[in-house]
Amino acid sequence: MSDLDTFRAEARAWLEENCPAEMRTPAKGDEDVCWGGRNFVFQSEAQKLWLEACVAKGYTVPDWPKAYGGAGLSPQETKILRQEMAKLGCRSPLNSFGIWMLGPALLKFGTEEQKVHYMGQIARGEIRWCQGYSEPGSGSDLVSMQTFGEDKGDHWVVNGQKIWTSYADKADWIFCLVRTDKTNKYQGISFLLFDMETPGVSTKPIKLISGNSPFCETFFDNVVVPKHQIVGEINRGWDVAKYLLGHEREMISGMGGDGGVTSIGAAMKATLSQEPVLRAQMALFDVDNLTFRAHGERFMDEWKTGKAHPAYSNLMKYVGTELNKKRNELVMSIGGSQALEWESERANGGSKARNWLRTKANSIEGGTSEVMLNVVSKRILEMPGG
Amino acid sequence: MAMTLNDDQNMLRDTARDFMASEAPVTHFRKFRDMGCKDGFSHGLWKQFAEMGFTGILIPEADGGMGMGQIEAGILLEEIGRNLSPSPFLTTSVAAVAALKLADKATRDRWFPGILAGETVIGIAIEEGVKHRPEKIACVAERSGNGFKLTGQKQFVVQGASSDMLIVAARTAGAAGETDGLTLFAVDKDAAGLSMEAARLVDSAVAAHVKLDGVQVDADAVIGDVDGGWAVLSKMLDAGRVGAAAEMVGVGTGAMDMTFEYLKTRKQFDRVIGEFQALQHRAAHLYGEMEGARSIVLKAQSLMDEGHAKAELYVAAAKAKAGLACNLSVREGVQMHGGIGMTDEYDIGLYMKRDRSLNEFFGDAYYHADRVATMNGY
Repeated sequence: MSDLDTFRAEARAWLEENCPAEMRTPAKGDEDVCWGGRNFVFQSEAQKLWLEACVAKGYTVPDWPKAYGGAGLSPQETKILRQEMAKLGCRSPLNSFGIWMLGPALLKFGTEEQKVHYMGQIARGEIRWCQGYSEPGSGSDLVSMQTFGEDKGDHWVVNGQKIWTSYADKADWIFCLVRTDKTNKYQGISFLLFDMETPGVSTKPIKLISGNSPFCETFFDNVVVPKHQIVGEINRGWDVAKYLLGHEREMISGMGGDGGVTSIGAAMKATLSQEPVLRAQMALFDVDNLTFRAHGERFMDEWKTGKAHPAYSNLMKYVGTELNKKRNELVMSIGGSQALEWESERANGGSKARNWLRTKANSIEGGTSEVMLNVVSKRILEMPGG
Repeated sequence: MAMTLNDDQNMLRDTARDFMASEAPVTHFRKFRDMGCKDGFSHGLWKQFAEMGFTGILIPEADGGMGMGQIEAGILLEEIGRNLSPSPFLTTSVAAVAALKLADKATRDRWFPGILAGETVIGIAIEEGVKHRPEKIACVAERSGNGFKLTGQKQFVVQGASSDMLIVAARTAGAAGETDGLTLFAVDKDAAGLSMEAARLVDSAVAAHVKLDGVQVDADAVIGDVDGGWAVLSKMLDAGRVGAAAEMVGVGTGAMDMTFEYLKTRKQFDRVIGEFQALQHRAAHLYGEMEGARSIVLKAQSLMDEGHAKAELYVAAAKAKAGLACNLSVREGVQMHGGIGMTDEYDIGLYMKRDRSLNEFFGDAYYHADRVATMNGY
């Protein structure tokens, strides 16, 4: 038996023993997802136990070093663990922008002290993070952002406004792009971390077309941020931001319901058998879905061994988000008039319609599809022109 | 397994890339096309394939071959596709070998040496209509003497008229539409009652219409089990499908690279046309489609090599996706080349023709998307 086979057997045994039965059923909605943080209320004892078991084992962030709360697994071991979790139907013990976005940036740009402190908190699910990037006047053209931190010696005083801050109203801390030099566009931005309870920080949820409010406007009114709460060098925050956007794109590209290859067609067979053209669309979607999963697997294998083009996550983001939108269009078409119901219990509170509308943001947030195509064209295909 | 090529596979790719580019580039294809070659390929090149060990890449080592898998065969096919290299590799070394591997020793000993030597060509006689419907096979094999008598017709038998043997699927029991009751036969090209009419295709390959008028074969011509031919046929078709998909990755990538190069050099309105965002976005989208196709083809190949239960599903998806992506690539290629893309002198149109044939071969994207739906339970 190879080392990896041994690892697979051990991982399987550990999961069998530690993952409560209730955590092996599919999450019904966002309320079943554990986001951690100071104010998180566990939905069940099983959810709490599952998180605690994973924290103790380092499995909330299996591929992070042990010193920062992870299990120090290799890329192959991490893949095997995820495969075994998928086989047993284990829910993710902890979802977090800290894990997906800030952690990788800290690992690359943070000081040793920051890694131990912040990554440890993230791994244990103690602090829930939000991301302060976009501003009302700075969407695709993010680098034009204006939120300003005035230098006051040992701290900055931050003033300005962010928008589309996911779950800002539920987050404990924010990682935030702040302009610290007004004379230099790219090299005048710093990457700051601060507590959302700092005086002067306020949030206001934005109601979206889905009827939900996952995004907020976030306001900063003379917010004091100590100088040691910077990641990377002063005025070099854009490097951190770009690196982190790569991870965000990876994350968004992975969206797609079950995140796997299971077709949604089988459950809809009764309808599809009566609708040949819709069935054909679903079949072509399944071809694209299987393709995307294989593509993602290949990308991750190449990424982790350093063989992928540094801009490749832009391509995955484009393909994955467009696919997810298509999936939800099909779900709505197959659902027919019942999928239109917005509140009824029969339509699960309008979940299909709300999810469908939510997915429209996939190809806007984290860089629009059009910006992704620009980047792929220029950086990967090396097309000419500015 | 990891979805990346290992060192040996990378080495094979480099070898195949150099070989096809130097021995069988598009100029080679043009030469044989323009001389109106009756075979549509060069027997000399087929010999060279053998000297490189390519022809026996899927033949087990115990039978004298290289004993490699679909990934390795696909590496060769991608380079064949990129260079439009004409050869019987897909039909003979991939599809036919997949079936013959399941035959008894006498049959293997009869055919493998010729394939290994680059002397034997084998045609795949499955299709009976203009679309791929293997389960609808109606060609009949009646018990007769110590063997069978075959009656019926086949078409789209690529390189059929150049073949030394045809693998013929015929019905020994059951009715058209049933998968039970089929049997595969190795039929010698000189068998009495066998006649062929060769037809040149749009991509200059030559395919045969085959008539079987009471062709008598011995019992030892059977490949696999009598009435149980579907199992062998499925293996042969899936090898051919994933192989055609790999070749389409090569055709699509070749067309795409040529087109991107053109976008970077062609000037209009005092600018290189690759500066126009309208073309950049289409180029980037095409790249994504081809990358997806490359990924699912690799996935399907590795699942086949593992003997995985999901291999059939992924092969269907791979044939469908590679077909759709390659087709997009050649269409965008001709359009983005503009007027020059319509000329016979320029190569992009040759890629468009090859794509059309490969898309149809062993079932088109719609056929395979339909199978994906069925296998996915709707």
